[in-house]
Amino acid sequence: MLSQKHLLGLENATQQDIEQILDTAESFKEIIDRDVKKVPTLRGKTVVNLFYEPSTRTRTSFELAGKYLSADTINFSSSGSSVQKGESLKDTAKTLEMMGIDAVVIRHSSSGAAEFLSRHVNARVINAGDGTHEHPTQALLDMLTVREKKGTLSGLKVAILGDILHSRVARSNIFGFTKMGSQVYVAGPWTLMPREIEKMGAKVAKNMDEALEGSDVVMALRIQLERQKKGLFPSQREYSMFFGIDKKRLSMAKSDALLLHPGPVNRGVEISSEIMDGSQSVINEQVKSGVAIRMAVLYLLIGGARQ
Amino acid sequence: MKKILKGARVLDPSQKIDEIMDILVVDGKIAAIGKNVYIGDAEVIDLTGMIATPGLIDMHVHFREPGYEYKEDIETGSRSAAAGGFTTVACMPNTRPPVDNAAMVEYVKSRALKSGLVRVLPIGCVSKGLEGKEIAEMGDMVAAGAVAFSDDGRPVADSSLMRKALLYASMFDRVIIDHCEDPGLFEGGQVNEGRVSTLLGLQGIPASAEEIMVARNILLARETGTRVHIAHVSTKGSVELIRRAKAEGVKVTCEATPHHLTLTEEAVLGYNTDAKMNPPLRTGEDVEALLEGLRDGTIDAIATDHAPHSTDEKDVEFDKATFGIVGLETALGIVLTRIVGSGILDLKQAIEKMTASPARILGIDAGSLAIGKPADITVIDPDLEWTVDKNSFFSKGRNTPFHGWKLKGRAVLTMVGGKIVYADENISDDNINRAEILKASYK
Repeated sequence: MLSQKHLLGLENATQQDIEQILDTAESFKEIIDRDVKKVPTLRGKTVVNLFYEPSTRTRTSFELAGKYLSADTINFSSSGSSVQKGESLKDTAKTLEMMGIDAVVIRHSSSGAAEFLSRHVNARVINAGDGTHEHPTQALLDMLTVREKKGTLSGLKVAILGDILHSRVARSNIFGFTKMGSQVYVAGPWTLMPREIEKMGAKVAKNMDEALEGSDVVMALRIQLERQKKGLFPSQREYSMFFGIDKKRLSMAKSDALLLHPGPVNRGVEISSEIMDGSQSVINEQVKSGVAIRMAVLYLLIGGARQ
Repeated sequence: MKKILKGARVLDPSQKIDEIMDILVVDGKIAAIGKNVYIGDAEVIDLTGMIATPGLIDMHVHFREPGYEYKEDIETGSRSAAAGGFTTVACMPNTRPPVDNAAMVEYVKSRALKSGLVRVLPIGCVSKGLEGKEIAEMGDMVAAGAVAFSDDGRPVADSSLMRKALLYASMFDRVIIDHCEDPGLFEGGQVNEGRVSTLLGLQGIPASAEEIMVARNILLARETGTRVHIAHVSTKGSVELIRRAKAEGVKVTCEATPHHLTLTEEAVLGYNTDAKMNPPLRTGEDVEALLEGLRDGTIDAIATDHAPHSTDEKDVEFDKATFGIVGLETALGIVLTRIVGSGILDLKQAIEKMTASPARILGIDAGSLAIGKPADITVIDPDLEWTVDKNSFFSKGRNTPFHGWKLKGRAVLTMVGGKIVYADENISDDNINRAEILKASYK
């Protein structure tokens, strides 16, 4: 069992929690390749996907994860629901609670929304991305992908590159990889580098080269176009010139370094098409790991008898 | 009506009094103060073991009326003030509609008179409609009773407008109180920029957002020779700027809140919206600098920035929650326990920053127990240990980060113009007609 009732982030997860989720996910991966992708593990359990932000891969991934384990999954998106009619998150939570659900998967634009929800429902809460705070299942699937390829998560140099300031993926990965014994370096435009990030355990590289040099894992983050409109960097062109990962930059990492991206990728901006489709890219494997990780998290949180 | 407050330690910084004496109140005024005052037909209230000070003054509160009565109104705000030991409060004008003309000033005054508890002094807007474009009719508002001007809740962003406002208000010998915040640097900010903003993924508010405007105000006050008052100072840099400006003779004064003097940004962890305020709670280093500023006189006054909000506005996602906390009923206890109790100020200095000092900044006749002055008196039990319980507040607001704090010392009797407006059960004199006054019991 996990040490936490909910999965709100990796900040408070233990190394044992992470290991248990990764091990469980690894054992579930085989189900995805079966002809009949169905095990009865979560039969009779209900999972609600509460998505306040548009998402394709995370929502689909959670939905499939629930279905493969025979849970009843319901999608609740903010458009066309009572949310559009002005219902507060607190009231929505109370309503869902009365319907007898077992777990809520929440994606929300407000940092802390998952934690807020957990204070108002008895069901287990899984954070599928809250604002610019955390996205724990993304970090877990990144770690699973890396562990499969590298055999370990200990002693690796992990470079996380780009918009660290607004990245929930970066925060969860810094906590996750650091807890598992890797050293995380972050680099990106200084306008997109959060203050005192080193206190979370990451090293702030002086520049891209220092982060990339000899790294085992290269993780590029998605750059949001609206950041440019706010003047945080001058143009996509300049971003890709100084912070985009191309063949030359990737060659600074170890020759067997893995290239990750949480997707969706702006081809030619964060990552050149050439390396995205190249041999070091594990971007597609990440998607498969995602389903397995979400199966594991659902199983570990609601798989037992109801509390 | 004659009353004798007997046997209290009378502490009046305005007259440098600190000894056990009696106070005679006749017709709402201080008639005598001395040892063994006796008049046959006076009610005697035995205050042995208590401290009697001039009525406390809070120069920065939000009573929300008109427009936001669901958060607070002038009556509930006044009750909250009385229960906290405050006899005079200055009310910020960011109501709906805002207090930007003489009729609105009159309205606030009339509502306060009707509730008949504490003295509620209106602060008028600097700019018409709080829009930051044209200066409001300050002269007319002064004539109606406005004691100062502020666009609090937002800064006076336009430096040219601020310069005009300083010059114009100084004609009437009124001070401009500025909420210092650079709009661009603040935009979208939720908490102090630093470790906590990074950890929680919340947009940070850098210290420079405040300090740039503090520096600007100092430059404008120096250039024009006018007075300016900086509201709720929160950063080390602001304290340093103000200290230097004062040494150079610039007419700048400032206040700090009990929460900025005792809490750091860490209070926000766990997405605690009751610790969300503007300016935000800062770092331990900033708190240390504020305490040093309090000690060396850079910070003139302690003010609460009492900012009530409804539960619906606070029990939401962090970035959707409103800024601000209530403070009237916790301020004195926190100052006594954390500021005096830890030796940062002595009792006389602390009381001065809550009485004579804000009175001087606002230019009002209050904050003194001199003979002939209105009998506005706060009686403090310095040994009373109590626990903050937000559910027992007289304020409508429950938004406090101090819920559950154990404090020592609080107001047990509050008198305004000779009338007892608040007394707790620890005041046992039979002459107090309990039906007429606010009461509270403590755990």
